[in-house]
Amino acid sequence: MSSIQADPTSFAFTDENMDLVKKAIAKYPEGRQMSAVKTLLDIAQRQMAAQTGSAWLPRAAMDKVAEILGVAPIRVYEMATFYTMYNLRPVGKYHLQVCTTTPCWLRGSDDIVAACKKAAGVADFGETSADGLFTLREVECLGACVNAPILQINDDYYEDLDASRVEGLLGDLKAGKPPPPAGSLGGRTSTAPASGQTTLLSAPGSAE
Amino acid sequence: MLKDSDRIYQNLYGQQDWRLAAARARGDWDDTAAILARGRDALVEEMKASGMRGRGGAGFPTGMKWSFMPKESGGRPSYVVINADESEPGTCKDRDIIRNEPHKLIEGALIASFAMGAHKAFIYIRGEYYNEAQRLQAAIDEAYEAGLLGANAAGSGWDFDIVLQRGAGAYICGEESALLESLEGKKGMPRMKPPFPAAMGLYGCPTTVNNVETIAGVPTIMRRGAAWFAGLGRPKNAGTKIFCISGHVNNPCNVEEELGIPLKELIERHAGGVRGGWDNLHAVIPGGASMPVLNKTMADTQLMDFDSLAAVKSGLGSGAVIVMDKSADVVKAIWRLSKFFKHESCGQCTPCREGTGWMMRQMDRIVRNQATLADIHLLEQVTTQVAGHTICAFGEAASWPIQGLMRAFRPEVEARAADYRAPAPVAQAAE
Repeated sequence: MSSIQADPTSFAFTDENMDLVKKAIAKYPEGRQMSAVKTLLDIAQRQMAAQTGSAWLPRAAMDKVAEILGVAPIRVYEMATFYTMYNLRPVGKYHLQVCTTTPCWLRGSDDIVAACKKAAGVADFGETSADGLFTLREVECLGACVNAPILQINDDYYEDLDASRVEGLLGDLKAGKPPPPAGSLGGRTSTAPASGQTTLLSAPGSAE
Repeated sequence: MLKDSDRIYQNLYGQQDWRLAAARARGDWDDTAAILARGRDALVEEMKASGMRGRGGAGFPTGMKWSFMPKESGGRPSYVVINADESEPGTCKDRDIIRNEPHKLIEGALIASFAMGAHKAFIYIRGEYYNEAQRLQAAIDEAYEAGLLGANAAGSGWDFDIVLQRGAGAYICGEESALLESLEGKKGMPRMKPPFPAAMGLYGCPTTVNNVETIAGVPTIMRRGAAWFAGLGRPKNAGTKIFCISGHVNNPCNVEEELGIPLKELIERHAGGVRGGWDNLHAVIPGGASMPVLNKTMADTQLMDFDSLAAVKSGLGSGAVIVMDKSADVVKAIWRLSKFFKHESCGQCTPCREGTGWMMRQMDRIVRNQATLADIHLLEQVTTQVAGHTICAFGEAASWPIQGLMRAFRPEVEARAADYRAPAPVAQAAE
């Protein structure tokens, strides 16, 4: 894992986010405020995205979280480096996370990776496109395997993909269009078989 | 085939609304207070009689697990923790429960927590399920507003709160003691057992960790009775299960079926069959990434339940069925799982931290025809030095796919060695 980045040197939660921070800590028993650390890091990373266009965690944000929780900074650094969803370096506006684990691989994730590289204009995982729009990352199983292959963009899963759907999607983002609603781009809305449901065919409420 | 009326998840596909009003119309939250009024012991006995086995992967009898919780608090609170860290490759069933049937999970949390003397439950959901977490929180908020959670929850006289916590990306947090560490704000590194969580779990207090599908099934079992659930499936393998069918099938899908359904029927009836027909089947991983792979001969007659799969040295696991047709390179498919386990090892135990990387590199050599027969035998032997030599079951999870490959596809693996191509010599520093 890459090392923690020291620049910028200061970080402060906005008033709005400070309210979220307090609410998160209040969910746990007295003296167990460390239970909120992942939530606080997530709030910080989202604030970075809102303020700078890049969802990531500089060391100053981790130090602020440690200060609020009353723990040594290392307790927060070790969390930020253990869990994969904290970005220790700046990422593009759209963080492209392609699943390549076996269920996605069997359904063509190699093509999705290639399409991402081509459409985003990056040569390899970990790179950010020259325009700062896209960072491409390989991730492990996202847990949506019957809708494979999957590409996660920021918070949203795009499912049932193929190369042309990915190129169309990233092309739209490049053109400044808003991302489509999360979910299948293959025309289905759920995990039901694409050819139609084989179960739950009786009228709603008729069960029992 | 299982009758529609016997399916627990009537809204599995989100055909209807997920919100409270629609959930009530499906029967959720119907006089929950009356269920709790039966008393704690009666609910644990009902759960035991139902034959429910944990739906997260291990298949431990749920009622028995509940009975391990202390009857008297001894000054410490008891906790129920619900494992929604769905990360086993191939598995995406809890996601459907959370987004389409969240009230079954919330009501189940109340009933289970009452049965175990807990006034608080924590739900730990994988961080990547951001939209699902939003949905679940909205459902929890709805339940609070309707008086179904909080003081005197659902008019039962029992005070009950739910806290939802998001993970942040770590497969190991699906292991129950790693999950507890993570809930406490630490790295997800599994704990030594004993003490078991029922004696010393979250914050050092008595805790039971159950999977989402286990808990969400509880309200229906309590309403329809243990005998109904026990009457489905096969002996010692009771009830229904959500199967996730992915890979080389015509129509990948989730479906709720009876335990014990033949694998072939499951795939053909619901997933549109194997691409190119059943005879084009090459391999099936029947229970998520860590369960040993089956070849076609095994798959032909395989029944899908805990004991039938254990009998062929595989397992039902999470019910995730990953199908490969003849176009698939099964050796490479298993190598990719080795890469997964190498990435996800928490690094706490040496055999796992070092072994997963070594096994991945050895698998990589087999894929590239750069391993000899002796290398293959060595790999097989090393898997037995990882499995069983670690704090948690991750060592087994990382070893079993390779051992399964060797059992079910030995000729295919050895053919790679027969076609041995020496790697080009490169100067390489020791790692």
